Amino acid sequence: MERYGRTLRRFWSTAVAVQLEYQANVLIELLAVAMSLSGSLFLLSLFYGPDQTLGGWSWAQALMVQGLYTVFDGMASTWLRPNLGAIVTHVREGTLDFVLLKPIDSQFWLSLRTLSPAGLPEIGLGLGLLAWGCHQAGVVLSLSGLFTVLVMLLAGGLILYSLWFLIAATSIWFVKTWNATEVLRALLASGRYPLSAYPPALRLLFTVVLPVAFLTTVPAQVLLGEAAAPMLLAGLVLAVLFFAAARAFWLFALRFYTSASS
Amino acid sequence: MRILGLNRRIIRVLLGTQYAHMLEYRAEIALWALSGVLPFIMLSVWSGSEARTGLGLDGVALDRYFLSAFLVRQFSVVWVVYAFEEDALLGRLSPYLLQPLHPLWRYVAAHLGEQLTRLPFAAVIAAVFFVIQPQAFWLPSFGGFLLAWLATWLAFAIAFLFQSLIAALCFWSEKASALERLQFIPFVFLSGLLAPLTAFPPAVRAVAQWTPFPYLIDFPARVLAGQSVDLAAGFGAQLAWVALLLPLVLLLWRAGVRRYSAMGA
Repeated sequence: MERYGRTLRRFWSTAVAVQLEYQANVLIELLAVAMSLSGSLFLLSLFYGPDQTLGGWSWAQALMVQGLYTVFDGMASTWLRPNLGAIVTHVREGTLDFVLLKPIDSQFWLSLRTLSPAGLPEIGLGLGLLAWGCHQAGVVLSLSGLFTVLVMLLAGGLILYSLWFLIAATSIWFVKTWNATEVLRALLASGRYPLSAYPPALRLLFTVVLPVAFLTTVPAQVLLGEAAAPMLLAGLVLAVLFFAAARAFWLFALRFYTSASS
Repeated sequence: MRILGLNRRIIRVLLGTQYAHMLEYRAEIALWALSGVLPFIMLSVWSGSEARTGLGLDGVALDRYFLSAFLVRQFSVVWVVYAFEEDALLGRLSPYLLQPLHPLWRYVAAHLGEQLTRLPFAAVIAAVFFVIQPQAFWLPSFGGFLLAWLATWLAFAIAFLFQSLIAALCFWSEKASALERLQFIPFVFLSGLLAPLTAFPPAVRAVAQWTPFPYLIDFPARVLAGQSVDLAAGFGAQLAWVALLLPLVLLLWRAGVRRYSAMGA
């Protein structure tokens, strides 16, 4: 366990050091995040016509959902894309062999090898937007409420990671799955809006099959004091289930992995 | 007759080989087609929103608009920057430059081949859409279809030239794909992919109309959906953007290639 902690520290400090060499990238990233967020807010404002509601959510409440979406998008660019995107390259170029030979768990290595600090401002902006939305919506934050939201964010992150990792792991068979993650990203974009803005069939899809709802809508409901305990529990159970599935699938996939020479 | 190294035989061979090449990656192209579902997600939010009445688009018109936006997007996707970056990085560009054919034609052929491969998948997605929303079914008139096809093709031309311009910057800087990312953000929000331009406040719409973005999705999609559009203004703007971008691209490429050979020498 201690070895893993030490390894992680090394991984991330080198990743940050490498990134700091490219300062222009950080600027470009900041600009992209600012543009993207203002675009999203502009788009959201279009839905708030004369009656000022979207699926029963007020502007301030919808801002909380946007904030949570931005946090997860930032999480994807900081952590998921640089790591899980590389799995496809490892399989294609045969360097997965080297990963498997290392005296450390391969899923751990592949999932946490690097970190892209350029995505951190997006997480910060998302949290800021969430806080602002909470303030505007008149949410009174209690310590226990804060704790549950933190747990929900972790559960959401775990769900997102597991989905992404599951798809990336299929590259063992299909070699090129870059586009599969693009499909996932397009569908995750649905998390920008409260679940009740969608027609019933899609609501079911986004809750059960592709649990986008647990990433943004449910945590926002928890903050607003609308989500009941069973919903929270469902999110946690789902996160654990998805993670277990991703883990099992990876071990299964590895049995089919034959490097080019064997 | 040769235009930048192109003649009829070369066109046939280029298109044939690129189409065959794309057919090899059918699964990947099907996934690409699927990743364009964003207009449908936006459609479902728009149809539930009360703000829709402000657009003057009733339910069916909105359905048709977003399906058209999806189709236009499918046939105007451009990825020159990424292909070019890879070719330049792996050194494949050098032999291309030696051939008596402008390297851009190779990418044009690859895109056309991909569009042809994509056609059945896009048709399947459109068919599924009509099964779910039968009341939205419509067939554009033959004339309307031709106009929409022309507008989509011009949209592809603008997008292609715009990205080639960015790709040509690869000769000077390795930041070209970052630039591409930066232009993609205003494209997403201003092109009409997420909301019809009629939903925008007049001031934003007026500004957007001076960018190339609305002519990439919104204009062709509205022609395809059979809405009343100012055809002369739309086609005029599309042609103006092509006329502006084409010489820029050719000049920048020529300058870039000169620089590239200087690098190898």
